[in-house]
Amino acid sequence: MRNKLHVFIKQFGLPRIIIVSFLLSLCVLAIIYNLSIAGLLSDTLVRTGMHGVLVLAMVPGILCGIGLNFGLPLGILCGLIGGLISIELDLVGFTALFTAILVSIPIAVVVGWGYGILLNKVKGSEMMVATYAGFSAVSLMSIGWMILPFKSDEIAWIIGGGLRTTITLTERYDKILNNFAAINIGNLTIPTGLLLFLITMNFIVWIILRSKAGIAMKAVGDNPRFATASGLNVNKYRIFGAILSTVLGAIGIIVYSQSFGFIQLYQAPMFMGFSAVAAILIGGATVKKASISHVFIGTFLFQGLLVVALPVANKMLTEGSLAEITRIIVSNGIILYALTQVGGGE
Amino acid sequence: MKSQQYVLKMNNISKEYYGTRVLNNINLEIKAGEIHALLGENGAGKSTLMNILFGMSVIHSTGGFQGEIELEGNKVDIHSPLQAMNLGIGMVHQEFMLIPGYTITENIKLNRELIKKDFMNRLMPAPLKQIDFDEMNKEARKALDTLDIGIEEWVKVAGLPVGYMQFIEIAREIDKQNIKVLVFDEPTAVLTESEAENLLKAMKKIASTGIAIIFITHRLDEVMEVADNITILRDGQFITRKNKADTNVFEMAELMVGRQIESMVQHDVKDYDNQPVSISLKGFNVAMPGEEVRNLNLDIYQGEILGIGGLAGQGKIGIANGIMGLYPAWGEVLINGQPLTLNNPKESIKRNLAFVSEDRRGVGLLLDTSIEMNIAITAMQNKDKFIKKYGLFSQKNHSEIRKHALEMIQKLDIRCIGPEQITRRLSGGNQQKVCIARALTLDPMILLVSEPTRGIDIGAKKLVLDTLIKLNKELGITIIITSSELAELRSICHRIAIVSEGKIEGILKPDDSDTDYGLMMSGEYNKLKSKEVI
Repeated sequence: MRNKLHVFIKQFGLPRIIIVSFLLSLCVLAIIYNLSIAGLLSDTLVRTGMHGVLVLAMVPGILCGIGLNFGLPLGILCGLIGGLISIELDLVGFTALFTAILVSIPIAVVVGWGYGILLNKVKGSEMMVATYAGFSAVSLMSIGWMILPFKSDEIAWIIGGGLRTTITLTERYDKILNNFAAINIGNLTIPTGLLLFLITMNFIVWIILRSKAGIAMKAVGDNPRFATASGLNVNKYRIFGAILSTVLGAIGIIVYSQSFGFIQLYQAPMFMGFSAVAAILIGGATVKKASISHVFIGTFLFQGLLVVALPVANKMLTEGSLAEITRIIVSNGIILYALTQVGGGE
Repeated sequence: MKSQQYVLKMNNISKEYYGTRVLNNINLEIKAGEIHALLGENGAGKSTLMNILFGMSVIHSTGGFQGEIELEGNKVDIHSPLQAMNLGIGMVHQEFMLIPGYTITENIKLNRELIKKDFMNRLMPAPLKQIDFDEMNKEARKALDTLDIGIEEWVKVAGLPVGYMQFIEIAREIDKQNIKVLVFDEPTAVLTESEAENLLKAMKKIASTGIAIIFITHRLDEVMEVADNITILRDGQFITRKNKADTNVFEMAELMVGRQIESMVQHDVKDYDNQPVSISLKGFNVAMPGEEVRNLNLDIYQGEILGIGGLAGQGKIGIANGIMGLYPAWGEVLINGQPLTLNNPKESIKRNLAFVSEDRRGVGLLLDTSIEMNIAITAMQNKDKFIKKYGLFSQKNHSEIRKHALEMIQKLDIRCIGPEQITRRLSGGNQQKVCIARALTLDPMILLVSEPTRGIDIGAKKLVLDTLIKLNKELGITIIITSSELAELRSICHRIAIVSEGKIEGILKPDDSDTDYGLMMSGEYNKLKSKEVI
């Protein structure tokens, strides 16, 4: 019995057990405070679908050996440009959504390629460099948003120059995936379209990982010296991984925006990489190993924690701004905890 | 003091590592002022013996040793290198342990700094005391003068030629006041000839001051030049102890190598002059750190098993790595008469070469990946095997990979739970078989195998070697085996090339005499033979 428990802990991983028990205790508190569990679960599902693709973007980065892709904002910026162009073209509905995705992909490929070259030059300290590459790109694009020649009234300020900080998608593709074939069971809403999209993206990545290039990429990430001896070009496949990660980041932010209902420019993408990193780590990934299942488990646990923690904190601390402070402490606390698990188990 | 004949006695020293006996009843006796040479091949037990003398933690963490050490007639227990140092045992390391940014004086006096003796300094806590550089420089100068080194003591170590660094190491040891025994671990390996000569002179001078010297080396002529007595070890056994006057280079070479060779196969005698050449190396150089190949020429015939032997660090490992493009190489390599593009692993694989690396866990395997993928991946990436194509897109062919893996597991007798087991969990021998299976999946014409039996148990060793012979006989694959174990090479190869200082010293047949092998390994063969002719 003791032995079985031991094996279970080892397989599931102590960090995940801690997170799950924290989540469960929050749920108990939520019931005590009489919060709607169905509502919380709906929110969790929505947020899982919303962040899932961004978390998925971590997988190719980890597998190709560049580690956790803290440079995710690069991909996000590409996605934002795609989103803006589709509005500029005055598209609505699914056409707008998929145009945004299709436009952002080639941009992300080019950016990811350059990003990959950069990371090949700093082998061994990719994660630190990636973090600052992301920060600088966000800052640079803050200037970009001021001068890009978008004309649409929805995007640009009517008076003065530059783009709005927040762009509403109500008229465009707000929650179009969330509402697609959504199922309502009492208070519980299942965002079918959103989850289907996430599953499809995961499936595509899974297919890529089983292709010749995907297998080569995994070998490069696992053991570069082995890969070299097997005649593989290590740098090439690292760039391939960086491109894949950046493209997924671009698609991820578009899905995120449609669920959120707004496109946020300027400083907003700055720290989005961190929550994605935290989610995949909580899911059980390490700097060297990640799988599709880590994406699902990690995103669900991480977003579940945030969704449940906030209303519970609200009930516990009725003092004005304390709840917001608690939210920041909880979310950053989880990120910090996840980062200490970088080494991970087996 | 005169009554104590020996300054150091090591009596009946035995040592086991995890049940393998690496030293068996070794005796070593050294008088004050004597230069005592300790000879043996790689793995003969010289380093283990010295580790015991220095009380290294590897010894004590693996269960200690049997036997006793006497220093000046008193039995001593040495538990740590620090204690050995305090007892007056010093070591000149093979790799220089010097701090480049410090001056020569600072390096010599490191951790034994002299303190100024003024009043203020006495009040200071130890870490804040002022150092007396004048006094230190004087003492360093004295040590350097003993060695006849003209270099200034205030020069920084960084950028000095290796020859000087070696002398600074020695100066540091002789500067210690109570030094009684000094160990030189292959001090001349990295030196040029004239530097080596100076070093030998210095050794004699040190010995004449009454310090006993243990001299570990592979170079037999140096032994003849400076040593008074010689102890030879082989496979952890004490072979003999001789006075220099009673022996010669040939005898020493034979004693070092000599062992029973049991041939595993009876090869047909081949007439190599009429065999087509499979690989031809011309002026081949490889910049593999620690195993450099320099301007090497070698012809390998089709269908033979060629062994490459030699001592560690002489470049034998570099040859296969260079041919496979894993380390920068230049020169000319012809495969069946066609030149091979160097420094391009993909090209080497395309030309039907396959490589089993000496670094099994570092280069040979994806440790966290399944056995089946390890076997299939190189062929998949280079020969488009195990792939289903859908236009631009491809998917791995899972069922074919599985089928092939099961076949290989059966053929090579890989002991595992199943083809999905990750290779990290396999034993060394089975990991090696996975590496060989991957190489075979490439359908190679020429198979390069480096250190195929390093770190695997005897049963698995035989299996691996049998497999290689079978491949050669049944499929006609040309095999090039690089190995530190001469006995192993002599048991399965048609010809054995001995590498010394990055070049081929000579090519021998498996049944050639031990003396020839010993002389070639220590790089003296050609020197001595040419003398004989004259």
